[in-house]
Amino acid sequence: MDIRDVIDYLKSYDGRELKLMEVCGTHTAAIFKNGIRDLISPKIKLISGPGCPVCVTPTAYIDRCVEYACTPGCELLTFGDMMKVPGSRGSLSENKAEAEEGGGRITIMYSPFEAIEKARANPDTTYVVAAVGFETTAPTYALMIQQAKALGIENIKLVTALKTAVPALEWICRNQEDIDGFICPGHVSVITGVHVYDELASEYGKPFVISGFEAEHILAAIYRIVKQIEAGMGRVENMYTNAVRENGNRKALDAIETAFCAGPAMWRGLGVIPESGLYLAGDYAGYDGGSRDLVEDMELPEGCRCGDVITGKINPDQCPMFAGGTCTPMKPFGPCMVSSEGSCGIWYRNKH
Amino acid sequence: MKITMAHGSGGKSSAQLMGEIFGKHFSNGVLDKMEDAAVLEVGGRIACSTDSFVVTPLVFKGGDIGKLCVCGTVNDLLMMGAVPKYLTCGFILEEGLDIELLDRIVESMAKQAKEAGVIIVAGDTKVVEGNGGLYINTTGIGEIPEGRDVSSGNCRPGDVIICSGNLGDHHACILSHRMEIDNNITSDCAALGDIVDALFKGGISVRTMRDVTRGGLGTVINEIAESSAVKIELQEESIPVNPEVKGFADILGLDPLYMGNEGKMIAVVPSGEADKALEIMKNTEHGADAAVIGCVEEGQGAYIKTHLGATRRFDVLYGEGLPRIC
Repeated sequence: MDIRDVIDYLKSYDGRELKLMEVCGTHTAAIFKNGIRDLISPKIKLISGPGCPVCVTPTAYIDRCVEYACTPGCELLTFGDMMKVPGSRGSLSENKAEAEEGGGRITIMYSPFEAIEKARANPDTTYVVAAVGFETTAPTYALMIQQAKALGIENIKLVTALKTAVPALEWICRNQEDIDGFICPGHVSVITGVHVYDELASEYGKPFVISGFEAEHILAAIYRIVKQIEAGMGRVENMYTNAVRENGNRKALDAIETAFCAGPAMWRGLGVIPESGLYLAGDYAGYDGGSRDLVEDMELPEGCRCGDVITGKINPDQCPMFAGGTCTPMKPFGPCMVSSEGSCGIWYRNKH
Repeated sequence: MKITMAHGSGGKSSAQLMGEIFGKHFSNGVLDKMEDAAVLEVGGRIACSTDSFVVTPLVFKGGDIGKLCVCGTVNDLLMMGAVPKYLTCGFILEEGLDIELLDRIVESMAKQAKEAGVIIVAGDTKVVEGNGGLYINTTGIGEIPEGRDVSSGNCRPGDVIICSGNLGDHHACILSHRMEIDNNITSDCAALGDIVDALFKGGISVRTMRDVTRGGLGTVINEIAESSAVKIELQEESIPVNPEVKGFADILGLDPLYMGNEGKMIAVVPSGEADKALEIMKNTEHGADAAVIGCVEEGQGAYIKTHLGATRRFDVLYGEGLPRIC
């Protein structure tokens, strides 16, 4: 089937109104970048889900990172995305100077393995790695910490906000019955494989279609979801076959299972979801920098409706802070505005 | 040999550094007088621009901070239709900087200045505590020949936008260095005098020129649309990007539309002259990959038409283009 036929079909769709959720922030960005909403019928609504790891990270996590960064003898290593996420004492960016005055430090890393080099070169400094992400990034942290242990390095700590997608999907299925189908995350599925969605599809009778990130991939996935709904079906389909294998990436899954175990995790806007977090365990538990107790402590700034945005209850422009111009990428209040993959930031940049 | 605080003292070490490095490479009739200020011959309207360069690493594939600090300021003058004539430079050296490296960078600066037809007429050096870093500010002066009127506010509906070549090369090159990724991506760092000269010599009535530096094409197009109070629509498929840079950007979650360049420009020309202008650009050294990327319409804002026919609005770059984490 040609992509033009897919577009024609989706554009002229005139059945009942459908609400489809794209779970992954990269999909949200691709949908805007490619003007997908323009190419499909207004009766097919695309709703952004909680698929940006930065956006679902609670304030308490940022506070813990800031605390480490300001501790003499500590250096906090983080990916750039986290720098501007507000905590109750301000963001990492805002605390950078203070950290250095206090004898700590904040450094943007490009790979977690930088911690190993640094830790070997400066044994008196404790390197605290802010490990935020989903199944896609968790294996890298797992391998890094395994290497650290094998080398006998003790001056590395991980503060984790690592999460898994399926428990969050299940939470949405249970709490938001009006979602008709899901565009499943492509990168996550590369790791997990296709079958992790089987139980959800059969229990809730909804389509779960795995998609890649090109416009054609996303349109094809939407097309398959609509076709399934029209046929009264609800099953898992893999439309990203060039990257996603049936059983996922065994090596990456092994790395995760060796270093981490599942536990409850706080998702901004969703609350605590059992078994949705990954925490260092077994031989590696000693490397944890106090990640588990960051579960319940969370504060949303007054007026911020990040939670409703993340769960797709409202569009970003329905949040008063967005609409009133209080929350912008230059001065973000909620993390959805900070991250390049966050719904609010994407809406703002694209002036929807 | 390393730079020490003594090199910034104003005494003997300073004088030695001046003579052995700056004097040696930059020598010209104006600078060699060593007066408190340079006295310059200029006529008519002049263009003046200043820029500071803080890039790390100091040397990268395709250039170094010396070449960059000449090209950057020269290009800013060129974009106003000016003929670049003079540059001043301010160096801030951090203690511990390798003197041999400084010599190479200053040599590269002198070479680029010669190629771009500018002479360095004044300079200053300071030394600060630090870890061997180097920062350079350059200010440029150019003469605007009679009859040229180039400005961001000059675009009119119907005009055509031409981009001089592939976007994102410099950004991808610098990030590759910082991330220690080995690839073939080379910075596009270049002075664009060949393109600008050729356009004017070819009799093109250039309305607007902008070099596409930090903030990328997306930011520049938005600024032009606002200054000229027009709508600009780009064709996604026409925007030139090297496939290796595209792949690199995709992996890191960067968009070539917002990636920085140091040797790319856009020219806005009347539609009737577009074919000729494109042909002229393609025949220059730095414009070989030039392409028509969009047009100016009545209205406001910056839009892009995707390869599947959807249209979306795009904005300036917010914050910094950081590699994403997932």
